Amino acid sequence: MQRHLISAADLTRDDAVLILDTAEEMARVADRPIKKLPTLRGRTIVNLFFEDSTRTRISFEAAEKRLSADVINFSAKGSSVSKGESLKDTAQTLEAMGVDAVVIRHGASGAPYRLANSGWIDAAVVNAGDGTHQHPTQALLDAFTMRRRLIGPDAGLGQDLAGKRITIVGDILHSRVARSNVDLLHTLGAEVTLVAPPTLLPVGIETWPCEVSYDLDSTLPKSDAVMMLRVQRERMNAAFFPTEREYSRRYGLDGDRMARMPEHAVVMHPGPMVRGMEITAEVADSDRCTVVEQVANGVSIRMAVLYLLLGGAVFDSKNVPAVTQTRTEEKQDR
Amino acid sequence: MSKILIRGAKVLGGEQQDVLIDGGTIAEVGSGLSAEGAEVVEAGGKVLLPGLVDLHTHLREPGREDSETVLTGTRAAASGGYTSVFAMANTFPVADTAGVVEQVWRLGKEHGYCDVRPIGAVTVGLEGSKLAELGAMHESAAGVTVFSDDGKCVHDAVIMRRALEYVKAFNGVIAQHAQEPRLTEGAEMNEGVVSAELGLGGWPAVAEESIIARDVLLADHVGSRVHICHLSTAGSVEIVRWAKSRGIQVTAEVTPHHLLLTDELVRTYNPVYKVNPPLRTERDVRALREALADGTIDIVATDHAPHPHEDKDCEWAAAAMGMVGLETALSVVQETMVDTGLLDWAGVADRMSFKPAQIGQATGHGRPVSAGEPANLTLVDTAYRGLVEPAGFASRSRNTPYEGRELPGRVTHTWLRGKATLVDGKLT
Repeated sequence: MQRHLISAADLTRDDAVLILDTAEEMARVADRPIKKLPTLRGRTIVNLFFEDSTRTRISFEAAEKRLSADVINFSAKGSSVSKGESLKDTAQTLEAMGVDAVVIRHGASGAPYRLANSGWIDAAVVNAGDGTHQHPTQALLDAFTMRRRLIGPDAGLGQDLAGKRITIVGDILHSRVARSNVDLLHTLGAEVTLVAPPTLLPVGIETWPCEVSYDLDSTLPKSDAVMMLRVQRERMNAAFFPTEREYSRRYGLDGDRMARMPEHAVVMHPGPMVRGMEITAEVADSDRCTVVEQVANGVSIRMAVLYLLLGGAVFDSKNVPAVTQTRTEEKQDR
Repeated sequence: MSKILIRGAKVLGGEQQDVLIDGGTIAEVGSGLSAEGAEVVEAGGKVLLPGLVDLHTHLREPGREDSETVLTGTRAAASGGYTSVFAMANTFPVADTAGVVEQVWRLGKEHGYCDVRPIGAVTVGLEGSKLAELGAMHESAAGVTVFSDDGKCVHDAVIMRRALEYVKAFNGVIAQHAQEPRLTEGAEMNEGVVSAELGLGGWPAVAEESIIARDVLLADHVGSRVHICHLSTAGSVEIVRWAKSRGIQVTAEVTPHHLLLTDELVRTYNPVYKVNPPLRTERDVRALREALADGTIDIVATDHAPHPHEDKDCEWAAAAMGMVGLETALSVVQETMVDTGLLDWAGVADRMSFKPAQIGQATGHGRPVSAGEPANLTLVDTAYRGLVEPAGFASRSRNTPYEGRELPGRVTHTWLRGKATLVDGKLT
């Protein structure tokens, strides 16, 4: 793992498993009466959000505060950006104020990559979602959720997702979540199938390390987890599909379809859900749906990522970061 | 003007010869010519070419003098070995009236580094709906013969048909920027494997190919000639090849960057690689090189598109499209076509001087290197190899995709009608 987290594709299997294991440690903090670690005391993190986002920003902010970092929130609306300031100047201005890490959400694909690689700033950069490119912490929290549900919180430690069959359904073309998940799940050994109408699959998808299907019903019985992606209603105006109703009929997940999934299989959704479009209320509110868990897990994953990036840990087996060591000792104590 | 003797130059890459310039014309070509009364330039085996002609340059003046002016752009042209450039119409105001084209033409003439032939807009304001006064621009002092809405496609089939027909009256040519607008809404890079991964809006090859197919059929139907700007895909090559085999009057250009670079470079998200049409795939690059070699593609044109630093020092989506090219074009052509054995220097002279001058009717340019012809000449040190250093560019802009790349060939001298504009690599 580098000092930035830009793309899920940049993570090796061991990096990813380390983050997931570290997140398990972080999750335990949430169970304590005082949900705080002193780890990043005195470090400053800026949440640089050029695109509206509520849950991701709050999730990062919660993670940063639980690690005792000083947090600066910046949203483009009403800021100098709306007066024409460039990404470069904004980032340099913030860094001049002594920022150790920049968590960036941007509408343009590649903006975090540019920020990390153009020599504009020295701070660590964490991609919190860029255009239709990547959203690596989302993929990590999804993998974390899958590992917990399909293997177990303790049994999963040190494990990847080898052999797990994951189906991702919806607007793959416009989805950074899908891209990040395909990369990470492949790295973790899972078998990924993408399901969408052909219009919502990118040209060039044939090189992705996954299967592609247009048929949801035949894929469901072979899935350990089914991830539904949000489909924006406006897409039908650009002729990606004829009507909402037809989309739901062919690609939406309702109770009948859920019943075709194996007993143990879970339903996931990165949020925000469009109930009645890609998912019915019955499915969204069922026990098999992990959407609320995913939100909780997001905080643990982001704590783990920031901890590991700013802890300056060297990632080889001989130099395991402190939190994981503690965990190992505790395990031995038991 | 005094005499200049170029001694020991490989004319069009052939045997070493001497070339005597007297005044604005070539007086004599032969061996062992007398140097009496002449300034001697020892060519020492360098290659002598007819002055290069660029059918596709953006000089930005009037309106965007922060990125280029007629002066800086023609100095860049002289540096790159050009003696004539065609200036695209997408200025502010748009070159859609006799007044604007005359201004650009006159500025070129005053500065004297390179002949400037303005290209007139096909439609008013490049808006694609109403024909500009093409005849008035042709009859102006600028004598416009090439018309283009470059930057935008003449997408309306009826407007395109009428334009093709109308300019026949004065033997004009429409240069089409082939880009179907609906298929390229939100397009940011070539649509394919790389765009799928990077999450950048796809720019499908078919958006270019469908317009070229339509326009060669239109040209056939009305018996006009059409020129295709910056052809960039293997499919476009096939269509032009088919059209030529049917006897349709179509000519086509390729840019140096489409001969060398591919969309793999976009993985860096560095907007220096953002260009219209976008960089394509390795397969396209191969097809373009072969087509230029076999004559399916007639010419190399730079699409020199200067942009200020701030328009490239940003995220991909916010960046301007385009690359400067005048000062590196010949080097890229040597790298991709000559050093690969696809084209000899006579072929380069044909694709970069003779043919573009013919298509654009640049009188006095693109002529053979022989006695009695205008002394528009370029001397190239083809043995040179060096790193591209944008800091040394004569252009006002530095948005080159070749910074730090080693390329062969260096233009050492350029003469415009016998007057040196470049001597030992330095502008006069």
